[in-house]
Amino acid sequence: MELLAQQLITGIATGGIYACMALAVVMIYQAIHHLNFAQGEMAMFSTFVAWQMLAWGVPYWLVIPLTVVISFAGGVAIERLVIRPLGDAPVLSHIVVFIGLFAIINSLAGFIWDFTIKPFPSPFGEGSQFGGLISNHQIGMIAVTMTVLVMLFLFFQYTRVGLAMRAAAENPASARLVGIRVGWMIALGWGMAAAIGAIAGILIAPIVFLEPNMMLSILLYGFAGAVLGGLTSPTGAVFGGFMVGIIENLAGTYIPVIGGELKLPIALFLIVTVLVFKPTGLFGRTVVQRV
Amino acid sequence: MSVNTTTTADSPASATKGVSLPAPAAATGNAKIMRTAGVILLAIGVAAPFLSGNFLIFQLTMMMIYAIAILGLNILTGINGQFSLGHGAFYAVGAYTAAIMMDQFGVGYLWTLPMAGIICFMVGFLFGLPALRLDGVYLALATFALAVVTPQLFKLSPFEHWTSGVMGIVISKPDAPFGLPLNPDQWLYFLTFAIGLLAYVCARNLVGSRTGRALMAIRDNPIAARSMGVNTALFKSLAFGVSALYTGVAGALGAIVVQYISPDSFHFALSVALVVGLVVGGVGWLPGALFGGAFIMFVPNIAEELSKGLSGAVYGVIMILMMYAIPTGLGGLLKAALGALSKRSMTR
Amino acid sequence: MHKRRNMLKYMGAGLVLSAGLALPAISHAADMPGVTDTEIKLGNIAPYSGPASAYSTIAKTISAYFDKVNEEGGINGRKVNFLSYDDGYSPPKAVEQARKLVESDEVLLIFQSLGTPSNSAIEKYMNMKKVPQLLVATGATKFGNPKEAPWTMGWQPNYQSEGIIYGRWITSEMPDAKIGVMYQNDDFGKDVLAGLKAGLGDKADSMIVAEASYEVSEPVVDSQVVKLKASGANVFINIATPKFAAQAIKKAHEIGWDATQIVANVSTSVAAVLTPAGLEASTGVISTGYLKDMQDPQWADDPAKKDWEAFMDKYYPDGNKASNFTVYGYSVAQTMVHILTQAGDDLTRENVLKQAASMKDVTLPLFLPGMSMNTSETDYFPIEQMQLMKFDGERWVNFGEVISGEVGG
Repeated sequence: MELLAQQLITGIATGGIYACMALAVVMIYQAIHHLNFAQGEMAMFSTFVAWQMLAWGVPYWLVIPLTVVISFAGGVAIERLVIRPLGDAPVLSHIVVFIGLFAIINSLAGFIWDFTIKPFPSPFGEGSQFGGLISNHQIGMIAVTMTVLVMLFLFFQYTRVGLAMRAAAENPASARLVGIRVGWMIALGWGMAAAIGAIAGILIAPIVFLEPNMMLSILLYGFAGAVLGGLTSPTGAVFGGFMVGIIENLAGTYIPVIGGELKLPIALFLIVTVLVFKPTGLFGRTVVQRV
Repeated sequence: MSVNTTTTADSPASATKGVSLPAPAAATGNAKIMRTAGVILLAIGVAAPFLSGNFLIFQLTMMMIYAIAILGLNILTGINGQFSLGHGAFYAVGAYTAAIMMDQFGVGYLWTLPMAGIICFMVGFLFGLPALRLDGVYLALATFALAVVTPQLFKLSPFEHWTSGVMGIVISKPDAPFGLPLNPDQWLYFLTFAIGLLAYVCARNLVGSRTGRALMAIRDNPIAARSMGVNTALFKSLAFGVSALYTGVAGALGAIVVQYISPDSFHFALSVALVVGLVVGGVGWLPGALFGGAFIMFVPNIAEELSKGLSGAVYGVIMILMMYAIPTGLGGLLKAALGALSKRSMTR
Repeated sequence: MHKRRNMLKYMGAGLVLSAGLALPAISHAADMPGVTDTEIKLGNIAPYSGPASAYSTIAKTISAYFDKVNEEGGINGRKVNFLSYDDGYSPPKAVEQARKLVESDEVLLIFQSLGTPSNSAIEKYMNMKKVPQLLVATGATKFGNPKEAPWTMGWQPNYQSEGIIYGRWITSEMPDAKIGVMYQNDDFGKDVLAGLKAGLGDKADSMIVAEASYEVSEPVVDSQVVKLKASGANVFINIATPKFAAQAIKKAHEIGWDATQIVANVSTSVAAVLTPAGLEASTGVISTGYLKDMQDPQWADDPAKKDWEAFMDKYYPDGNKASNFTVYGYSVAQTMVHILTQAGDDLTRENVLKQAASMKDVTLPLFLPGMSMNTSETDYFPIEQMQLMKFDGERWVNFGEVISGEVGG
């Protein structure tokens, strides 16, 4: 019984990482209706930028807002310079560009900062609760994720810019007709996703240690969480992330012999099952297709 | 979007979505150009192994193998409109089928190819069933997850007895049969060449048939297709099956040519590479598969020559630039060029 | 008729075009491929991209070392041309690069190819072509098999030897121990685990109370550590690569698990593993070593260390001095230089292999004191000794003797 409780808490702690990533994924999906596979790499790169500033002696309380701002600008720049020229190219061409971005960012990070792992300090300090099962940092991470979630919700529901962004993503043609500058809304969406990604990266790095390849598997679990909760629902995505963390921890502990090996396949299984039975996820809205 | 009709049956441009050829005369002209290009390529293909060193033959063989895999993916994505970011999984199944049959059961390598095809067809069809409910980005996600998980699936300990888990399986390279004066590399080249040709011809026939038109109808407007009586569920699953068959046979060939497979051979980068090859060659344009295969085979090597430390970045830049230059791939480019040519000949 | 003539015309054109593919015949020095009077060509395959890119530091160090050797006159008057290609840790790519090195670049040999999958992939080819595949960068025990693969040889202590050493130590020092093992679920982790069980002998099943594996694709190993502690184990064997070893050490400390911890030799770097994990958390951790850790203050005045530092400053200034991959790369390059020097002017592949298989008590400056390399026609494991050491919060302190962990056959 005690082991179960311990694994649950550990699962929630790990799930916090996935929830964070899932939120970033859903965020950009809402803005541009594309899944950006380079999302994880952008988050990783932002975290390296933060690390570099710390190494140069910039004080910690300044580094985080600075990184967020730089990432935001970077996201907008990438959208304007790299994605915009694609114009109306088919979706698959977009996907190839995302793949290209992935390769470039990953390679660049490895070239500049090399591949050995680097410790990254936590804004919440060391120390832990529940007999060491969940660290203060992990609690802080969950708190920050929730805060960002609430802020995003308020932004999208109650601000004009938020409404404009949603309109631009939902129906670009009509949005243009009412005077929304769709191009800039999309760029804004990228910027925000990059900024959230940076926060996610800074929260994740202290736990998993910073290195260029740290994000790929987290991205997959983040996708799993986003799908489970629903790509159209940020709240669902966060919930989904936690669920994925708990499920994979329990599976690893209690399924005999191959439990540990099944963690990744379970993520796949979750994604496929949810998508087949409830494609919009546990909390998503159903989309009606017009003929 | 008007449906293409052409007088000549073997113009590759006829089977794809895109620029419609305006008149029969222009169509014959284009078909002639395509046909001569095809013949030249064929001649080069046959002569190559006798004029190059074994290493280049090996690379060309791998290129053709990737082309066959991309052909499979093209049938699913280009013709039937279903995304797959996970075709590496079918490649892996084909490879392991061949390897296990040769290693554990001593089956001759030639028999492994149709076996790999059949097994992959079944696996593909089975995967196609849940995929029926998925569209667009959701299908992309599901197949993406499949790609990432593939190496893991072959490492699972219950299967280790057959797959040798992480240690991998080593295979012997077959010699040319009937005492033909070819070394193993040349023989495998010709074998792959023949299979590639066969695959292409079958694919083209499939696309030009009623089934092909049904597949394309499903791609262009699934709801309309269904309301016209096309059994979308069956055709979509079939498309998955056939697509997996092609890629599985490619995987089996790949295992025989490389002589070694292990779970790490099927990292998610393989699935990604197949998608890149598909787009670069031209989604929906079958001959583009060869160009796609050449791209993913040789461009990373070029990138490495340019910069070892940043080879990934160079490759990424080349990819992105290609997408700016030819967003619809080589196929799209050629169609536009031929379209422009025929238009010019019309106005004369 | 008209059509057929055109057909033939085009085929002819095709044949002429394909003549362009014909590579100029490269003239061999048939008995000494890769060798001229002034140059020796060596090949290497390393993961410069992909999941294992961290290990590319080794190849970069080796390349820098050959720059130094060349500047100092080369080996017996010949300069070394070190060709290193990327395989992205993908076996098919490794095969392609191996074929390129052997058939296109015509190297003398391939050495320090990295990773069990890549080496497994090219082993058959190398042995068939009779090209030495030396000093492979993996401890997998299968690469020391002169009967089946006479052209393939390892360098670092093999993983099973390491496991055996741990097993024997536990049975002699803590015969009532309850052992919990965390291992990476691949050839490395499983090999060490197999050695551990062999070292524990009959008592393996009774002493090991819990096992937990992890995949390289997992972000964290917290769950495994928690599970092992819950099993009541008082000895924690941490068979992991640097990132995961660090995570596990940190977590074990956080949950207050009071167990004797043994960590795998690949994860003993003070800077790359113990510092991220926390020096306090790492205090008391035991491992084995065979190379000096350059961050360890006990070697601060060691002339060998100063030589290494001078080398890094001059030839590989971008290199990460805190990474023990650079120490590894430096030492393995020195081994290669030794073998080639011994071969003198008879640089045929056969003779170079023979020299590699007849090393007697060869020591290197960065070996721990008391270690040496030995090979013979039946013994293809150059380094079989290791030294037990314990971390005291600041440095690794050796204890006990240099132990040999010989694996049979």
